[in-house]
Amino acid sequence: MIIDLQRFLAAEREYWTQLEQILNRLDNNPDRAMTVEEIKQFHYLYQRASADLAKIRTFCSEPDLQRYVESLVARAYGEIHVSRDQTRGFRPMYWFFNTLPQTFRRHFAAFCLSTLITFAGVGLGAATVWIDPSSKEMIFPAQFSHLSQRPSERVRKEESATTDRLQGQKAQFSSFLMQNNIRVSILTLSLGMTFGVGTILELFYNGVILGAVSADYVSDGQTMFLLAWLLPHGAIEIPAILLAGQGGLVLAGALIGRRSRDPLRVRLRAVIPDLVTLIGGIVIMLVWAGIIEAFLSQYHAPVLPYEAKIAFGSVELVLLFLFLSRAGTKSQPAVKPS
Amino acid sequence: MSEQTNTLIIRTPEGISFSLLLAGPVLRCQAWFIDALVVLIIANVLQKLLGVFGLISVDVAQAVITLIYFVVSIGYGILLEWLWRGQTIGKRLFRLRVVDEHGLRLQFSQIAMRNLLRFVDSMPLFYLVGGISCVLTRHAQRLGDIAASTIVIRTPVMYAPDIAQIMAGRFNSFRNYPHLEARLRQRISAPEANLALQALLRRDQFDDDARIQLFGEMVAHFSKTVQFPPEVVEGMADEQYLRNVVDILFNTKAAR
Repeated sequence: MIIDLQRFLAAEREYWTQLEQILNRLDNNPDRAMTVEEIKQFHYLYQRASADLAKIRTFCSEPDLQRYVESLVARAYGEIHVSRDQTRGFRPMYWFFNTLPQTFRRHFAAFCLSTLITFAGVGLGAATVWIDPSSKEMIFPAQFSHLSQRPSERVRKEESATTDRLQGQKAQFSSFLMQNNIRVSILTLSLGMTFGVGTILELFYNGVILGAVSADYVSDGQTMFLLAWLLPHGAIEIPAILLAGQGGLVLAGALIGRRSRDPLRVRLRAVIPDLVTLIGGIVIMLVWAGIIEAFLSQYHAPVLPYEAKIAFGSVELVLLFLFLSRAGTKSQPAVKPS
Repeated sequence: MSEQTNTLIIRTPEGISFSLLLAGPVLRCQAWFIDALVVLIIANVLQKLLGVFGLISVDVAQAVITLIYFVVSIGYGILLEWLWRGQTIGKRLFRLRVVDEHGLRLQFSQIAMRNLLRFVDSMPLFYLVGGISCVLTRHAQRLGDIAASTIVIRTPVMYAPDIAQIMAGRFNSFRNYPHLEARLRQRISAPEANLALQALLRRDQFDDDARIQLFGEMVAHFSKTVQFPPEVVEGMADEQYLRNVVDILFNTKAAR
C-alpha cells in the first residue's frame, strides 16, 4: 500500500508546523516553563509526528519528507527526554566549595600520578643541570631567556634595582600570564585524548624546566631567592598544572577503559562533568596566580623581604591543601558514582 | 578506519527510530570560517569600546583587550551553543546543529568539553587533527566531539514533493481500469514507487540519453508487474507511462 501523499500532507502539515513552532520557541527561550496544557499538546504532537514518520517510512519512502519529519521527531525527543540534572540551576558557591574539591578527591589517584610524572621530570632536569650546568641553555625555552644568566648575577641586579621594571605593564603582564597558563593547562588536559601520551609529555617537560631552574639557583647558593620568587605564585600555579595533568589522565583512563566493561561513550560521559569542573577550578587558580606573579613575585628584597614572600606562599599552599582535602566533605555523596 | 556513514540511527525506548543527517568536514569547515570571522569582529568591536580604559590607564586597557580576546575566542562557542541549543552563527547559517550522540538535549559539560578540546583539534594548523579525525571516524567526529559524546548534524527544511505537477492537468488513461489500478497499488512497493517519483521530479537533472534509458527500464519493470491493455499503452511515451503510474500510486482520490 502507498499513501495518498497529497491528502496525507494536507492533513498532517498543520501538526508538523505546530510542533516546529513549539521547538523553535524552546530553542529561542530554553528556560521558559510550559503550562501543563502546552506540555500535553507538545507530547501529543510528538507522538503524532512519530506515527507519521512510521507511515512515511512504510508507505511512501519519500526521502526529503522523511528527513524533515525525522528532524522534528529527533528534536522533540531530545526535549522530552531531558535529564533531571538540567533543571537544577548552577550554584557557583556550592560548586566552588563542594563540587570542585569533591571532584579532585574522586580522582586523587590520577593527581598522584600527575605529580609523580612531574617530579620525575623535576628529577631529570635537576640532575642534568647539576651534572652539566651548560645544558640549561638547551633546556630552557626561548621565552625564558632571562634564566640563562648566572642566578647570582640576576639576584644582584634585582636587589640593586632602583626602578620598577614592570612599571606601567603589570596588568598587561598579569593578563598575558593568565591566558598563557590557562591555554597550556587546557592543552595539557585535552592531550588526554592521545591516550595520555601528550599529557604525560607535557607534565614531564614542565617538570624538567622546573627542576633545571631549581637546580641552577640552588647550586649557585640562591635557594632563598628561588623560594621567594617561585612560592607566591607557584604555590597555586604548579598545583593548577598538576590538576590539568590529573584531568588529562582521567580522560585517558576513560579512553583506555582498563578494568571497565562499559562502552567507550559511557565511560567518557561519566567523566565529562568532572573534567569541566577541574578546568573551572584550574582557571580560577591561574587567574589568582597570574595576579600574584605580576604584582608580587617579581618584587624582591629589599622592596619585599624574602621571608614575607615565602611565608605568603606557604600560607597559600597550606590553604590550598586544606581546601582540596577538607572542603565539601560534609556534603560528599555516600555512594561514589561509578 | 571506521566505516563512514552520513546518518546516525537512534532508537528510542518507545520503539521509534529516526536518523540524523551527519554534517561532513567541508560543511563544518565553512561554518567554522564564519564563526572565526564573527569572533574577530566581536573582539575588534570590544577592543574599540574598551579603548576608553586607555584614558584611565594604557596598562589596564591592554590587559583588558588581551583577556577579552582570549575569553571571546574560547567563550563564543560555549556560550552560543548553550544558549542556542547547539548552534553558533556559522552553524545557523549552514543549518548545522550540535546534538548529543543519543539524540538527547546537550548538557553544559558536553558543550564546554567539545569547545575546550579545540586546542587539540586545531593542532598543528587549521584544525588538521580535527579534520583528520572527522574523516576517519564513523560519525564524522573531531576529538572534542568524541570526548563530549556529541555529533554535528544537518537540519533539513520542509520539502513536500509536488505531486500535482506529475500529471499537470493531463488525462490519465490508466484510470479507466480500476481493477488494474488497484493491482498496481497492491504490487508496487513503497521504495519502487518512490524511485519512480524521484525519477520524474528530477527529470531535468538527467542527460537526455540517460533519462530515456532510465524511464525505459522503469516502464519495462512496471509493465511486467501489471499489464495494461495493449490499446492503452500502444504509442505511449515511456515518460507518460511513468507519470500515469506515479499518479495512480500517490494520488489515490484523483478525479476520474
